[in-house]
Amino acid sequence: MSDKPSATSQTFRLQGVSCAGCVRKIESALGDVSGVDDARVNLGDKTLTVRGHAAAQDCIDAVESAGYGAELVQASARELREQQREEEYSHYRQLLWRAGIALGLGIPLMVWGLVTGEMGVNSSFQQIAWGSVGLVTLLVLVFCGGHFFTGAWRAFRHHSATMDTLVALGTGTAWIFSMLVVLVPQLLPESARHVYFEASAMIIGLINLGQALEVRARGRTSAAVEKLLQLQDASARVLRDGEEVDIPIEQLQVGDTLRVRPGERIPVDGSVVEGESLVDESMLTGEPLPVKKAGGDALTAGTLNKNGSLLFKAEKVGADTRLSQIIQMVKNAQSSRVPIARLADTISAIFVPSVMIIAVIAALVWYNWGPDPKVAHMLVVLTSVLIIACPCALGLATPMSVMVGVGKGAENGVLVRNGKALQQATGLDTLVVDKTGTLTEGAPRLTDIETDGDTDALLQQLASLESRSEHPLAEAIVSAAKEKNLSLSEVTGFEAITAHGVSGEVGGKKILLGNRKLMQREGIDSGRWQKKAQALAGQGRTAMYAAVDGAMAGIIAVADPIREDVQAAVERLKALGLRIEMLTGDNKATAEAVARQLGIDHVHADLLPEDKEKIVGDLQKGGAKVGMAGDGINDAPALARADVGFAIGAGTDVAIESADVTLMRSSLHGVADAVELSRATLRNIKQNLFGAFVYNTLGIPIAAGVLYPITGMLLSPVIAGAAMAFSSVTVVSNANRLRFFKPSYSSANDNGGEK
Amino acid sequence: MASLFINLLGVAAIALTVWWFWLAPKGSKQQIVGADEKLEILVKDGVYEPDRIRIAAGEEMVLHFRREDASPCAEWVLFPDLEVSAQLGVDQITEVTIPAANVGEYPFHCQMQMYRGTLVVE
Repeated sequence: MSDKPSATSQTFRLQGVSCAGCVRKIESALGDVSGVDDARVNLGDKTLTVRGHAAAQDCIDAVESAGYGAELVQASARELREQQREEEYSHYRQLLWRAGIALGLGIPLMVWGLVTGEMGVNSSFQQIAWGSVGLVTLLVLVFCGGHFFTGAWRAFRHHSATMDTLVALGTGTAWIFSMLVVLVPQLLPESARHVYFEASAMIIGLINLGQALEVRARGRTSAAVEKLLQLQDASARVLRDGEEVDIPIEQLQVGDTLRVRPGERIPVDGSVVEGESLVDESMLTGEPLPVKKAGGDALTAGTLNKNGSLLFKAEKVGADTRLSQIIQMVKNAQSSRVPIARLADTISAIFVPSVMIIAVIAALVWYNWGPDPKVAHMLVVLTSVLIIACPCALGLATPMSVMVGVGKGAENGVLVRNGKALQQATGLDTLVVDKTGTLTEGAPRLTDIETDGDTDALLQQLASLESRSEHPLAEAIVSAAKEKNLSLSEVTGFEAITAHGVSGEVGGKKILLGNRKLMQREGIDSGRWQKKAQALAGQGRTAMYAAVDGAMAGIIAVADPIREDVQAAVERLKALGLRIEMLTGDNKATAEAVARQLGIDHVHADLLPEDKEKIVGDLQKGGAKVGMAGDGINDAPALARADVGFAIGAGTDVAIESADVTLMRSSLHGVADAVELSRATLRNIKQNLFGAFVYNTLGIPIAAGVLYPITGMLLSPVIAGAAMAFSSVTVVSNANRLRFFKPSYSSANDNGGEK
Repeated sequence: MASLFINLLGVAAIALTVWWFWLAPKGSKQQIVGADEKLEILVKDGVYEPDRIRIAAGEEMVLHFRREDASPCAEWVLFPDLEVSAQLGVDQITEVTIPAANVGEYPFHCQMQMYRGTLVVE
């Protein structure tokens, strides 16, 4: 068994390596492997990096022959994600433990304080008792809250302040003050000899608990990416030396021949070499019907092989597959910034130091002008303000919603490039739609054939003639004949008459096919067929006259049929408040016929490709917020020019690159889905930002004691800690609500249950 | 006497906060570290270390982030102006490819902008 050569460097995880001697042994063992240009062992990481064209398995064998173990480092996104989840889970448990221990000390202390009211230090016995409690609290602070203190210190050294800074200052101040009361009570007036150890412990416990809940809630925000990752199987069946072997997907290389059996997922992108099967591509394209695949057809990683066994050649592996690119794009978009968050960003940049200043000012006010016990009030106010301020809620407000919103989009076949596109999609008032391929199928089809004689015979004759033509409409006629299993005949004397039509002899008969001008030129009276032709043109079809041996035989009409679901989608878009304008290179009559059927009021016909961009620009100059939907191939400049470009192209590479929003499903409904989703996401972001602003602008003054004249009480630092801990959980939970978003029109019902 | 002391202490604390967090970072240019293949950016306890990184203009560059902080805050690193972002694995090195960029300063940070750094393109 030998792996195919790889041009890049490979990394292996080593087992049993402990000293510099091992390093030499392994490196020299690899020196003998063919294709190894350079091999280096990193003793610290216990990894081996091999450069050159050597096969992975050969390197592993060489390491094993030297007496050590090695395995290829597989940095697949899926594995990374699983690892991440494990980390997350252990972090979650750790936080819960810390919360439990801290609350285990804090709650009894608080209950003691509430029940007995004995939190003062007035005798040497109390000094000793509280002193020991203080030491236990210190242990709790170090064990359960040590990371807040180290984090605060490191941030401080870098001239930055984080949430850790606030927590460390708040709890630290409370502890130091309490310790001061215990050690030198005589420094303070009797009324201020009060300890706050319970506050330190409770705050640390509550914040750890809040963070634990936040970790859990955050895990759910990336559910969409996880679903995509699950489309990737861990292993693939490769043909090696005539045998089929299962190997991890990471070891696949371009050029490998793979076997996919019924019910299995296609592991990488490639093309069919042998076999025939139906492949379900709904997860990537939204196309509900399985697609038939045979020799030469392209296969996409993540799609499901339904009924046949396929042998195919890998063409794109690893990060190059379309699935990986989609995942990467979703991840990038999930973490991109939304312009609306700029204010929150500005505020959060100066937030923590500002809060520290406010806390000191408030404390001084209470010390100088407040009622007795001044020192105790000063401390409570200082601690509460520091603890209640929550930069997290502010900072999390936007990213969490974007994360969920973008992921939800991916689940519905809407790939949003970034947060900016998401925000701009909410404000669109005009949607410019390219007709061909977006509103219509993009491939003309034979719609009508009328004759006094035998329809099939006429079709056979016309198709034979048109098989020589290169006109796009000719294809529609030829394929219609093929569908009816009509065999085409030889054509002699074929002639294409520019702007008129075609002529030639089929089976000894002279056939003419073209417009009225052709008939006039040949002196044939089109008679009653003229009316029929006009009626067909009125429906947006292109009608052509056919003559056999100098006499009218009938008419044939070709049209680019309107996509099935376009009508409903247009209505939906109108209901969303969008004005729809149609762009097309077709003539005005055809374009207007289509527009009439769909209820589109504005039509721009007879356009050259470069005009589309100009029209988008003109609309923008008129103050419109323009979205543009096209197939992404000839519309790239217009898509780029529009405020939001929607590429409807089943995720072609060009579209993914040029559009702000890529719709994997070839349907205009995707645009409506995207607009609805973006509006829902923006609404969610606004709720979060509003909540976070209100929380902080109300919370900080309350902690500073503005309600004291009314309530006669200061906010307890413990309450402040609880509020702070749960404010960020609230933000994340609100963002998670977006997971229940559903587009107003469910295509799943329409296409026979995609999910 | 005690009252004067406490007030002075408070004013000093405010002055120190303003100076340390807002004025000092701008006044003194911190050390800029040039990025090369070996440079590891440590993500730990709320800071990137180093947090000012120099790269050459017009060239693609790969930065190596080593995240040693399990807290969710450290999970992502974003370069908003460059439209680059990456999810960082805990206790491992994540490669982040920075596309060729024009001369300038590009901030990078975590989702909540608590972790902050600057990419200096020269």
